[in-house]
Amino acid sequence: MTTRNSRRNAINNVMLTLCGVCAVLTVSALLWTLGYLVYYGGKSVDLGFFTKLPLPPGQNGGGMGNAILGSAEIVVLASMIGLPIGFFAGVYLAEFGGKTLPFIVRYTADLLNGVPSIVIGIFAWTVVVVPMHHFSALAGGLALSLMLIPITARSTEQFLLEVPRSMREGALALGANKWRTIATVIVPAARKGIMTGMILGVARISGETAPLLFTSLNNQYWSTGLSEPTASLPVMIFTHAVAPYDDWHRQAWAAGLVLLALVLLANIAARMVISRGTSLPR
Amino acid sequence: MIPTSTETSTQAHTAVPKMRAANVNFFYGSFKALHDVSLEFAANKVTALIGPSGCGKSTFLRNLNRINETLRDTRIEGEITLDGENILDKDVTEIRRRIGMVFQRPNPFPKSIFENIIYGPRINGMLKKKTAAEVVEQSLRRAALWDEVKDKLNESAYAISGGQQQRLCIARALAVDPEVLLLDEPCSALDPIATAKIEDLLVGLKNQCTIVIVTHNMQQAARVADTTGFFLLGRLIEHDKTDVIFKNPSKKETEDYITGRFG
Repeated sequence: MTTRNSRRNAINNVMLTLCGVCAVLTVSALLWTLGYLVYYGGKSVDLGFFTKLPLPPGQNGGGMGNAILGSAEIVVLASMIGLPIGFFAGVYLAEFGGKTLPFIVRYTADLLNGVPSIVIGIFAWTVVVVPMHHFSALAGGLALSLMLIPITARSTEQFLLEVPRSMREGALALGANKWRTIATVIVPAARKGIMTGMILGVARISGETAPLLFTSLNNQYWSTGLSEPTASLPVMIFTHAVAPYDDWHRQAWAAGLVLLALVLLANIAARMVISRGTSLPR
Repeated sequence: MIPTSTETSTQAHTAVPKMRAANVNFFYGSFKALHDVSLEFAANKVTALIGPSGCGKSTFLRNLNRINETLRDTRIEGEITLDGENILDKDVTEIRRRIGMVFQRPNPFPKSIFENIIYGPRINGMLKKKTAAEVVEQSLRRAALWDEVKDKLNESAYAISGGQQQRLCIARALAVDPEVLLLDEPCSALDPIATAKIEDLLVGLKNQCTIVIVTHNMQQAARVADTTGFFLLGRLIEHDKTDVIFKNPSKKETEDYITGRFG
C-alpha cells in the first residue's frame, strides 16, 4: 500500500515539475531571444539606424532607414490587398452560402494558411517578377498578402459567428435586408475582434522573410517606387547576418531588435483592443 | 379532429381581421412543426397564443413576419395575409417593416439608446418627415421609457436594466410605425415588476396597432389578451375570447391545460 502511494506521489511530483519547467522554458524562449537582441543589437539602435542607409563593408556605422521604410511599404501594400479580401471572404464564410461552397472556401483557406512561406515566394516570383522582368515591392506585397488573406478570413469568420443570432433577427425584423444587417449590426458588434485578428495577422506577415527573398529582393538604397527592388528588415537581417563582416552582424542584431519590437507593439495594441471589453452582452 | 378555427374566431370578434393565417403548415427539414393552422387576428386587439413548450406557438408567430425563413432548411405552406394581401408573395423587408417583432430576450444592438431607436427609421428611409430626435422621443414615450432614459440617450443600450432594455426593444420596433406587433414571450427574462410595466404598455398600445403575444404565462394571457389561441402539438386547438378560453373552453385539451393537468 505505502509503496503504491509513494509511487503515485512520485509520479505526481515528477509531472508537476515537468509542466513547471516547460512553462518556464516557454517564457524564457522569448526572454532569451529578447535578451540576445538587446545585448548585441541594443547599442547599435540609435537615430541614425532609422534614418541612414547601410554602408558598404569595411565602413562602420550607417543604418537601415531604407529597410524600415521598405518593410512599411511592403506591409502596407500587403494589407491593402489582403485585409479587404480576407475580410469579405470571412463575411462570406460566416454569413452566406449553403454548406458545400463555404466548406470548400474554408478548407482552401486553411490549406493556404499551411503553405510554406518559401513556396508562396516562388509563386509570387513566377507570376509577378518573371513577367515584369525585375524584383519589386509590388511582388513582395502580393506574396505577403497571400499569407494575410487566409489569416484574416478565418479570424473574421470566427468573430462574426460569435455575434448572437438574436441580434441578426432584431435587425431583420425591422426591415433590414441581409447586407444591411451585416454592415450595420453584425460587423460593428464584432468590430473589436475583427480588428484584433487583423493586427495580429499584419504583425505575423511583417516578420516573414522567405516570400520576400524572391520578390522584393533587397536594395542598398532608398527605393524609388513600388516596381523597384525594395529593402525590408527581414531580408536585411538575412543578408547582413550571413555576410562575413562584424559591423554587419551588429546591424543585423539591431534590425532584429527593431523588428521584434514592432511585432511586440502590434501584439500589445491588439491586446488593448480586446481588453477595452467586448461590446457584446454575455 | 382539427378544430375549424375560422368558426371559433368569428365568435371571438366580428371586425375585419387585420391578419389572417389560412391552412399554414410549417416544416423544419422533414419535421412538421405546424399542422394546418388557421387563425384570424382582429385589428387593434391583443391576441395571446398559449400552449406547452414545443407546441408550435413561437414557430407560428415567427412565420407572421417571415423571420423563420432565415433559418436554414425550412418550408411553409398555406397563406398568411395582411389587410387581405398574401405576405408570402410580397417584398419581405416591407412586410417586416409593417409587422414588428419583440423577442424573448432583450436584444438591443451594441449602440447607444438613441442609435437603437433610430436604426429602423433610418434603414427604412423614414427620417425625412420627422427629425431623428422627434422619432426617438415619440417612440420612447410610446414604450413608457422616455422619463427613465431621456438623460442618457447617448449611453450604451446595455447600461440600462433588462426590463428597460426590453421596453427599448419595443420602442425600437414602434419607431417604424408597425401595423402589427408580434411579441415572443417578451417577459420570460424579466422580473414581475418589469413584466407588469410591459403588460400595461401593451394594453395601451392596442389603439395604435394589432398585437400578437406568445406567452408561457396563462395569467399574463388572461390579463392582457382580448382573444386567446391554444396550441398543442403543432395544432391550433381553440381560439376564442380570453374569458371563454379560461372559463368555458369548448375542447377538452384546452380545459386540461388551463386547469394544469399537463404542460
